[in-house]
Amino acid sequence: MSDERPTPVLRAEGLVKTHHGEGAPAHAVRGVDLCVRPGEFVAITGPSGAGKSTLLHLLGGLQRPDAGSIWLDGECTDRYSEARWAVERRKRIGIVFQFFNLVSNLSVADNVELPALLAGAAPKQARAEREQLLAELGLTGKERSMPGELSGGEQQRVALARALVNHPPLLLADEPAGSLDSKGTREVMRLLSRFHQRGQTILLVTHDARLASAADRVISFFDGRIADDAALDGGTPPRRPGISGVLELKD
Amino acid sequence: MRLPLLALLARGPAHGYELKQDLEQLLGSAYPQPNVGQIYVTLGRLEKSGLIEGEDVTQSSRPNKKVYHLTEAGREALRVWFEDPEDEPRVRDEFFMKLALAPQTGLADQISLINRQRRQYLNTMRQLSRLAAAEDRDNRIAHLLIEGAMLHLQADLDWLERCQEELEELE
Repeated sequence: MSDERPTPVLRAEGLVKTHHGEGAPAHAVRGVDLCVRPGEFVAITGPSGAGKSTLLHLLGGLQRPDAGSIWLDGECTDRYSEARWAVERRKRIGIVFQFFNLVSNLSVADNVELPALLAGAAPKQARAEREQLLAELGLTGKERSMPGELSGGEQQRVALARALVNHPPLLLADEPAGSLDSKGTREVMRLLSRFHQRGQTILLVTHDARLASAADRVISFFDGRIADDAALDGGTPPRRPGISGVLELKD
Repeated sequence: MRLPLLALLARGPAHGYELKQDLEQLLGSAYPQPNVGQIYVTLGRLEKSGLIEGEDVTQSSRPNKKVYHLTEAGREALRVWFEDPEDEPRVRDEFFMKLALAPQTGLADQISLINRQRRQYLNTMRQLSRLAAAEDRDNRIAHLLIEGAMLHLQADLDWLERCQEELEELE
Protein backbone atom coordinates (compact mmCIF):
# COMPACT_ATOMS: atom_id res chain seq x y z
CA MET A 1 0.00 0.00 0.00
CA SER A 2 1.59 3.23 -1.05
CA ASP A 3 0.23 6.74 -1.07
CA GLU A 4 1.35 8.35 -4.31
CA ARG A 5 0.18 11.79 -3.31
CA PRO A 6 2.78 14.32 -2.22
CA THR A 7 3.53 14.84 1.46
CA PRO A 8 0.95 17.13 3.02
CA VAL A 9 2.18 20.63 3.71
CA LEU A 10 0.27 20.40 6.96
CA ARG A 11 -1.24 17.50 8.85
CA ALA A 12 -2.94 17.43 12.21
CA GLU A 13 -4.28 14.55 14.23
CA GLY A 14 -6.45 14.53 17.31
CA LEU A 15 -5.97 18.21 18.11
CA VAL A 16 -7.60 19.32 21.36
CA LYS A 17 -7.50 22.71 23.02
CA THR A 18 -9.47 23.86 26.03
CA HIS A 19 -9.32 27.42 27.29
CA HIS A 20 -9.38 27.78 31.06
CA GLY A 21 -10.50 31.26 31.94
CA GLU A 22 -13.08 32.52 34.32
CA GLY A 23 -16.17 30.35 34.45
CA ALA A 24 -16.55 26.99 32.78
CA PRO A 25 -13.69 25.70 30.61
CA ALA A 26 -14.24 26.45 26.89
CA HIS A 27 -13.66 23.47 24.64
CA ALA A 28 -12.44 25.40 21.60
CA VAL A 29 -11.02 22.48 19.61
CA ARG A 30 -12.33 19.01 20.32
CA GLY A 31 -10.49 16.41 18.31
CA VAL A 32 -9.55 17.68 14.86
CA ASP A 33 -7.87 15.72 12.09
CA LEU A 34 -6.84 17.72 9.08
CA CYS A 35 -4.62 17.36 6.04
CA VAL A 36 -3.65 20.12 3.62
CA ARG A 37 -1.84 19.12 0.45
CA PRO A 38 0.51 21.25 -1.64
CA GLY A 39 -1.36 23.75 -3.79
CA GLU A 40 -4.65 23.42 -1.92
CA PHE A 41 -6.72 26.44 -0.94
CA VAL A 42 -8.77 25.43 2.08
CA ALA A 43 -11.26 27.63 3.92
CA ILE A 44 -12.52 26.92 7.42
CA THR A 45 -15.88 28.56 8.12
CA GLY A 46 -18.22 28.56 11.05
CA PRO A 47 -19.94 30.84 13.52
CA SER A 48 -17.90 33.05 15.81
CA GLY A 49 -16.92 31.16 18.91
CA ALA A 50 -16.78 27.83 17.06
CA GLY A 51 -13.05 27.61 17.72
CA LYS A 52 -11.78 28.17 14.20
CA SER A 53 -9.29 30.88 15.15
CA THR A 54 -7.97 28.72 17.97
CA LEU A 55 -7.50 25.93 15.46
CA LEU A 56 -5.52 28.23 13.18
CA HIS A 57 -3.40 29.39 16.10
CA LEU A 58 -2.59 25.77 16.94
CA LEU A 59 -1.64 25.08 13.34
CA GLY A 60 0.69 28.08 13.28
CA GLY A 61 2.27 27.23 16.64
CA LEU A 62 0.91 30.40 18.25
CA GLN A 63 -0.78 28.21 20.85
CA ARG A 64 0.07 24.67 21.86
CA PRO A 65 -2.53 21.88 21.80
CA ASP A 66 -3.53 20.00 24.97
CA ALA A 67 -3.47 16.82 22.90
CA GLY A 68 -2.74 15.77 19.36
CA SER A 69 0.07 16.39 16.91
CA ILE A 70 0.94 18.58 13.95
CA TRP A 71 3.25 17.74 11.06
CA LEU A 72 4.79 20.32 8.76
CA ASP A 73 5.92 18.81 5.47
CA GLY A 74 5.85 15.40 7.12
CA GLU A 75 7.92 16.53 10.09
CA CYS A 76 6.38 16.12 13.55
CA THR A 77 6.36 19.34 15.55
CA ASP A 78 5.65 17.77 18.96
CA ARG A 79 9.08 18.65 20.30
CA TYR A 80 9.32 22.11 18.77
CA SER A 81 10.25 24.86 21.22
CA GLU A 82 8.71 28.35 21.05
CA ALA A 83 11.88 29.52 19.33
CA ARG A 84 11.66 26.78 16.75
CA TRP A 85 8.04 27.70 15.98
CA ALA A 86 9.09 31.31 15.57
CA VAL A 87 11.64 30.21 12.97
CA GLU A 88 9.00 28.13 11.17
CA ARG A 89 6.70 31.13 11.09
CA ARG A 90 9.38 32.98 9.20
CA LYS A 91 10.33 30.24 6.79
CA ARG A 92 7.60 27.70 6.33
CA ILE A 93 4.42 29.47 7.47
CA GLY A 94 3.25 32.97 6.61
CA ILE A 95 0.37 34.35 8.66
CA VAL A 96 -2.03 37.25 8.11
CA PHE A 97 -4.39 38.37 10.85
CA GLN A 98 -7.67 40.26 11.03
CA PHE A 99 -6.04 43.35 12.53
CA PHE A 100 -2.93 43.23 10.32
CA ASN A 101 -0.49 43.27 13.29
CA LEU A 102 2.04 45.44 11.48
CA VAL A 103 4.84 47.02 13.49
CA SER A 104 3.41 50.52 13.88
CA ASN A 105 6.71 52.39 14.19
CA LEU A 106 8.33 50.79 11.15
CA SER A 107 7.73 51.94 7.60
CA VAL A 108 5.88 49.76 5.10
CA ALA A 109 9.20 48.80 3.48
CA ASP A 110 10.75 47.82 6.82
CA ASN A 111 7.71 45.83 7.87
CA VAL A 112 8.06 43.70 4.76
CA GLU A 113 11.85 43.43 4.74
CA LEU A 114 12.26 42.62 8.42
CA PRO A 115 11.17 38.95 8.26
CA ALA A 116 13.41 38.43 5.21
CA LEU A 117 16.41 39.86 7.07
CA LEU A 118 15.58 37.82 10.17
CA ALA A 119 15.47 34.71 8.00
CA GLY A 120 19.00 35.45 6.82
CA ALA A 121 18.41 37.13 3.46
CA ALA A 122 21.03 39.64 2.28
CA PRO A 123 19.73 43.24 2.54
CA LYS A 124 19.86 43.60 -1.22
CA GLN A 125 17.79 40.48 -1.73
CA ALA A 126 15.28 41.49 0.96
CA ARG A 127 14.87 44.80 -0.76
CA ALA A 128 14.35 43.22 -4.16
CA GLU A 129 11.72 40.85 -2.76
CA ARG A 130 9.97 43.72 -1.03
CA GLU A 131 9.92 45.85 -4.17
CA GLN A 132 8.48 43.05 -6.23
CA LEU A 133 5.76 42.16 -3.73
CA LEU A 134 4.69 45.74 -3.08
CA ALA A 135 4.47 46.38 -6.81
CA GLU A 136 2.40 43.28 -7.24
CA LEU A 137 0.06 44.30 -4.44
CA GLY A 138 -0.39 47.78 -5.86
CA LEU A 139 1.55 49.49 -3.08
CA THR A 140 4.39 51.07 -5.03
CA GLY A 141 4.94 54.57 -3.67
CA LYS A 142 3.83 53.61 -0.15
CA GLU A 143 7.24 52.25 0.92
CA ARG A 144 7.98 55.14 3.26
CA SER A 145 4.48 55.38 4.70
CA MET A 146 3.83 54.30 8.26
CA PRO A 147 1.10 51.67 8.77
CA GLY A 148 -1.14 54.18 10.54
CA GLU A 149 -1.24 56.35 7.42
CA LEU A 150 -2.73 53.56 5.30
CA SER A 151 -6.32 52.38 4.87
CA GLY A 152 -7.31 49.02 6.30
CA GLY A 153 -7.19 47.40 2.88
CA GLU A 154 -3.71 48.75 2.25
CA GLN A 155 -2.48 47.60 5.65
CA GLN A 156 -3.76 44.11 4.94
CA ARG A 157 -1.90 44.10 1.63
CA VAL A 158 1.30 45.07 3.46
CA ALA A 159 0.63 42.24 5.92
CA LEU A 160 0.19 39.88 2.97
CA ALA A 161 3.53 41.02 1.50
CA ARG A 162 5.19 40.50 4.87
CA ALA A 163 3.70 37.01 5.17
CA LEU A 164 4.88 36.00 1.70
CA VAL A 165 8.30 37.64 1.56
CA ASN A 166 10.13 34.42 2.49
CA HIS A 167 8.07 32.29 0.08
CA PRO A 168 6.58 30.08 2.79
CA PRO A 169 5.04 26.82 1.54
CA LEU A 170 1.96 27.55 3.66
CA LEU A 171 -0.04 30.75 4.13
CA LEU A 172 -2.42 30.92 7.11
CA ALA A 173 -5.02 33.68 7.04
CA ASP A 174 -7.17 34.42 10.10
CA GLU A 175 -10.25 36.47 9.11
CA PRO A 176 -8.10 38.54 6.74
CA ALA A 177 -11.11 40.60 5.65
CA GLY A 178 -12.73 40.71 9.08
CA SER A 179 -12.07 44.40 9.58
CA LEU A 180 -12.37 45.52 5.95
CA ASP A 181 -15.31 46.94 4.00
CA SER A 182 -16.78 45.07 1.08
CA LYS A 183 -14.35 46.60 -1.41
CA GLY A 184 -11.41 45.59 0.79
CA THR A 185 -12.90 42.10 1.11
CA ARG A 186 -13.09 41.71 -2.66
CA GLU A 187 -9.50 42.90 -2.94
CA VAL A 188 -8.24 40.34 -0.40
CA MET A 189 -10.26 37.67 -2.16
CA ARG A 190 -8.77 38.55 -5.52
CA LEU A 191 -5.22 38.53 -4.16
CA LEU A 192 -5.57 35.22 -2.32
CA SER A 193 -6.98 33.68 -5.51
CA ARG A 194 -4.13 35.05 -7.54
CA PHE A 195 -1.43 33.68 -5.22
CA HIS A 196 -3.26 30.38 -5.07
CA GLN A 197 -3.32 30.15 -8.87
CA ARG A 198 0.44 30.42 -8.79
CA GLY A 199 0.66 27.44 -6.48
CA GLN A 200 0.54 29.02 -3.01
CA THR A 201 -1.00 26.66 -0.44
CA ILE A 202 -3.49 28.58 1.68
CA LEU A 203 -5.50 27.82 4.80
CA LEU A 204 -8.06 30.52 5.44
CA VAL A 205 -10.30 30.99 8.46
CA THR A 206 -13.35 33.15 7.80
CA HIS A 207 -17.00 33.57 8.69
CA ASP A 208 -17.58 35.22 5.30
CA ALA A 209 -18.97 32.74 2.80
CA ARG A 210 -18.05 34.98 -0.11
CA LEU A 211 -14.42 34.84 0.91
CA ALA A 212 -14.63 31.10 1.63
CA SER A 213 -15.99 30.47 -1.86
CA ALA A 214 -12.65 31.53 -3.31
CA ALA A 215 -11.20 28.32 -1.82
CA ASP A 216 -11.48 24.98 -3.54
CA ARG A 217 -12.26 23.14 -0.33
CA VAL A 218 -14.45 24.37 2.50
CA ILE A 219 -14.45 22.91 6.00
CA SER A 220 -17.43 23.76 8.19
CA PHE A 221 -16.40 24.07 11.78
CA PHE A 222 -18.94 23.85 14.59
CA ASP A 223 -18.41 23.70 18.29
CA GLY A 224 -14.76 22.69 18.06
CA ARG A 225 -15.31 19.96 15.49
CA ILE A 226 -15.29 19.55 11.73
CA ALA A 227 -18.93 19.19 10.70
CA ASP A 228 -18.33 18.94 6.96
CA ASP A 229 -15.41 18.95 4.54
CA ALA A 230 -16.46 19.69 0.97
CA ALA A 231 -14.57 20.15 -2.28
CA LEU A 232 -16.18 22.90 -4.33
CA ASP A 233 -16.79 22.29 -8.02
CA GLY A 234 -14.03 23.48 -10.26
CA GLY A 235 -16.08 23.50 -13.44
CA THR A 236 -17.78 26.29 -15.32
CA PRO A 237 -21.15 27.37 -14.03
CA PRO A 238 -23.82 24.97 -15.17
CA ARG A 239 -27.07 26.56 -16.25
CA ARG A 240 -29.07 24.88 -13.55
CA PRO A 241 -31.57 26.31 -11.10
CA GLY A 242 -28.82 26.84 -8.51
CA ILE A 243 -27.40 29.86 -10.21
CA SER A 244 -30.07 31.10 -12.54
CA GLY A 245 -32.62 30.67 -9.77
CA VAL A 246 -30.73 33.16 -7.65
CA LEU A 247 -30.50 35.66 -10.46
CA GLU A 248 -33.56 35.11 -12.54
CA LEU A 249 -36.11 37.84 -12.93
CA LYS A 250 -39.71 36.79 -12.86
CA ASP A 251 -41.54 36.66 -16.16
CA MET B 1 -40.05 39.84 -18.83
CA ARG B 2 -43.08 42.01 -19.67
CA LEU B 3 -42.19 45.10 -17.71
CA PRO B 4 -38.46 45.10 -18.45
CA LEU B 5 -39.36 45.09 -22.15
CA LEU B 6 -41.81 47.93 -21.65
CA ALA B 7 -39.12 49.83 -19.76
CA LEU B 8 -36.67 49.41 -22.62
CA LEU B 9 -39.30 50.71 -25.04
CA ALA B 10 -39.81 53.83 -22.93
CA ARG B 11 -36.63 55.22 -24.53
CA GLY B 12 -38.00 54.87 -28.03
CA PRO B 13 -39.13 52.31 -30.62
CA ALA B 14 -37.12 49.12 -31.09
CA HIS B 15 -37.46 45.65 -32.61
CA GLY B 16 -37.30 42.35 -30.75
CA TYR B 17 -33.69 41.50 -31.40
CA GLU B 18 -32.51 44.94 -30.35
CA LEU B 19 -34.36 44.52 -27.07
CA LYS B 20 -32.67 41.20 -26.44
CA GLN B 21 -29.25 42.76 -27.01
CA ASP B 22 -30.01 45.75 -24.82
CA LEU B 23 -31.09 43.50 -21.98
CA GLU B 24 -27.96 41.38 -22.27
CA GLN B 25 -25.71 44.37 -22.31
CA LEU B 26 -27.38 45.98 -19.34
CA LEU B 27 -27.55 42.95 -17.07
CA GLY B 28 -24.30 41.25 -18.04
CA SER B 29 -23.35 37.61 -18.24
CA ALA B 30 -24.77 36.65 -14.84
CA TYR B 31 -28.31 37.06 -15.99
CA PRO B 32 -29.52 34.05 -17.98
CA GLN B 33 -29.50 35.02 -21.65
CA PRO B 34 -33.04 35.93 -22.65
CA ASN B 35 -34.44 33.61 -25.26
CA VAL B 36 -35.29 35.57 -28.39
CA GLY B 37 -38.39 33.43 -28.99
CA GLN B 38 -39.64 34.28 -25.53
CA ILE B 39 -39.11 37.95 -26.25
CA TYR B 40 -41.18 37.79 -29.45
CA VAL B 41 -43.96 35.92 -27.65
CA THR B 42 -43.99 38.50 -24.86
CA LEU B 43 -44.04 41.38 -27.34
CA GLY B 44 -47.03 39.74 -29.05
CA ARG B 45 -48.88 39.57 -25.75
CA LEU B 46 -48.01 43.15 -24.84
CA GLU B 47 -49.34 44.26 -28.20
CA LYS B 48 -52.55 42.29 -27.73
CA SER B 49 -53.15 43.96 -24.37
CA GLY B 50 -52.60 47.39 -25.90
CA LEU B 51 -49.46 48.31 -23.99
CA ILE B 52 -47.32 48.52 -27.13
CA GLU B 53 -47.97 48.84 -30.85
CA GLY B 54 -45.98 47.21 -33.63
CA GLU B 55 -45.31 48.53 -37.08
CA ASP B 56 -43.99 46.45 -39.96
CA VAL B 57 -40.90 47.90 -41.54
CA THR B 58 -40.01 46.58 -44.95
CA GLN B 59 -36.39 45.69 -45.56
CA SER B 60 -35.06 45.21 -49.06
CA SER B 61 -32.73 42.27 -48.50
CA ARG B 62 -34.34 40.68 -45.46
CA PRO B 63 -37.80 39.73 -44.19
CA ASN B 64 -39.81 42.55 -42.69
CA LYS B 65 -39.16 43.41 -39.08
CA LYS B 66 -41.60 44.71 -36.56
CA VAL B 67 -40.70 47.86 -34.67
CA TYR B 68 -42.58 48.39 -31.42
CA HIS B 69 -43.37 51.53 -29.53
CA LEU B 70 -44.92 52.15 -26.13
CA THR B 71 -48.59 53.26 -25.95
CA GLU B 72 -49.95 55.62 -23.30
CA ALA B 73 -51.44 52.57 -21.53
CA GLY B 74 -47.97 51.01 -21.58
CA ARG B 75 -46.45 54.10 -20.08
CA GLU B 76 -49.07 54.02 -17.33
CA ALA B 77 -48.36 50.33 -16.61
CA LEU B 78 -44.70 51.26 -16.17
CA ARG B 79 -45.55 54.07 -13.77
CA VAL B 80 -47.56 51.62 -11.65
CA TRP B 81 -44.65 49.16 -11.79
CA PHE B 82 -42.20 51.73 -10.46
CA GLU B 83 -44.71 52.91 -7.88
CA ASP B 84 -45.21 49.55 -6.15
CA PRO B 85 -42.59 48.05 -3.84
CA GLU B 86 -41.90 44.37 -4.46
CA ASP B 87 -42.60 41.49 -2.10
CA GLU B 88 -39.66 40.51 0.06
CA PRO B 89 -37.78 37.38 -1.04
CA ARG B 90 -39.05 34.24 0.60
CA VAL B 91 -37.13 31.83 2.76
CA ARG B 92 -36.18 28.63 0.92
CA ASP B 93 -39.36 26.95 2.03
CA GLU B 94 -38.84 23.58 0.37
CA PHE B 95 -35.60 23.05 2.26
CA PHE B 96 -37.29 24.19 5.45
CA MET B 97 -40.00 21.56 4.95
CA LYS B 98 -37.35 18.88 4.55
CA LEU B 99 -35.62 20.04 7.70
CA ALA B 100 -38.82 20.19 9.71
CA LEU B 101 -40.15 16.84 8.59
CA ALA B 102 -36.97 14.74 8.37
CA PRO B 103 -36.95 13.45 11.98
CA GLN B 104 -40.45 12.01 11.70
CA THR B 105 -39.66 10.03 8.60
CA GLY B 106 -36.52 8.32 9.80
CA LEU B 107 -35.29 8.70 6.23
CA ALA B 108 -32.96 11.68 6.54
CA ASP B 109 -30.76 13.25 9.15
CA GLN B 110 -31.15 16.98 9.77
CA ILE B 111 -27.44 17.71 10.03
CA SER B 112 -26.77 15.85 6.80
CA LEU B 113 -29.51 17.85 5.13
CA ILE B 114 -27.90 21.08 6.33
CA ASN B 115 -24.46 19.99 5.17
CA ARG B 116 -25.75 19.04 1.75
CA GLN B 117 -27.62 22.30 1.39
CA ARG B 118 -24.53 24.24 2.46
CA ARG B 119 -22.42 22.55 -0.20
CA GLN B 120 -24.99 23.55 -2.78
CA TYR B 121 -24.92 27.20 -1.66
CA LEU B 122 -21.14 27.30 -1.45
CA ASN B 123 -20.82 25.97 -4.96
CA THR B 124 -23.28 28.55 -6.20
CA MET B 125 -21.37 31.22 -4.31
CA ARG B 126 -18.19 30.11 -6.03
CA GLN B 127 -19.85 30.33 -9.41
CA LEU B 128 -21.10 33.80 -8.61
CA SER B 129 -17.57 34.83 -7.59
CA ARG B 130 -16.32 33.61 -10.93
CA LEU B 131 -19.04 35.43 -12.80
CA ALA B 132 -18.14 38.60 -10.92
CA ALA B 133 -14.48 38.16 -11.80
CA ALA B 134 -15.31 37.61 -15.47
CA GLU B 135 -17.78 40.47 -15.75
CA ASP B 136 -16.77 43.78 -17.24
CA ARG B 137 -15.59 45.91 -14.33
CA ASP B 138 -17.41 48.97 -15.57
CA ASN B 139 -20.82 47.33 -15.77
CA ARG B 140 -22.09 48.45 -12.38
CA ILE B 141 -25.59 47.12 -12.86
CA ALA B 142 -24.31 43.63 -13.66
CA HIS B 143 -22.02 43.70 -10.62
CA LEU B 144 -24.82 44.84 -8.35
CA LEU B 145 -26.98 41.98 -9.59
CA ILE B 146 -24.26 39.45 -8.74
CA GLU B 147 -23.53 41.08 -5.41
CA GLY B 148 -27.22 40.98 -4.51
CA ALA B 149 -27.33 37.27 -5.28
CA MET B 150 -24.21 36.72 -3.15
CA LEU B 151 -25.63 38.59 -0.20
CA HIS B 152 -28.85 36.56 -0.37
CA LEU B 153 -26.79 33.40 -0.37
CA GLN B 154 -24.71 34.68 2.51
CA ALA B 155 -27.92 35.17 4.49
CA ASP B 156 -29.07 31.66 3.60
CA LEU B 157 -25.71 30.30 4.74
CA ASP B 158 -25.92 32.23 8.01
CA TRP B 159 -29.35 30.81 8.56
CA LEU B 160 -28.10 27.25 7.92
CA GLU B 161 -25.45 27.94 10.55
CA ARG B 162 -28.18 28.92 13.02
CA CYS B 163 -30.13 25.76 12.21
CA GLN B 164 -27.03 23.70 12.79
CA GLU B 165 -26.23 25.36 16.10
CA GLU B 166 -29.77 24.84 17.39
CA LEU B 167 -30.25 21.31 16.15
CA GLU B 168 -26.86 20.01 17.19
CA GLU B 169 -27.60 20.95 20.77
CA LEU B 170 -30.58 18.62 20.71
CA GLU B 171 -28.54 15.64 19.60
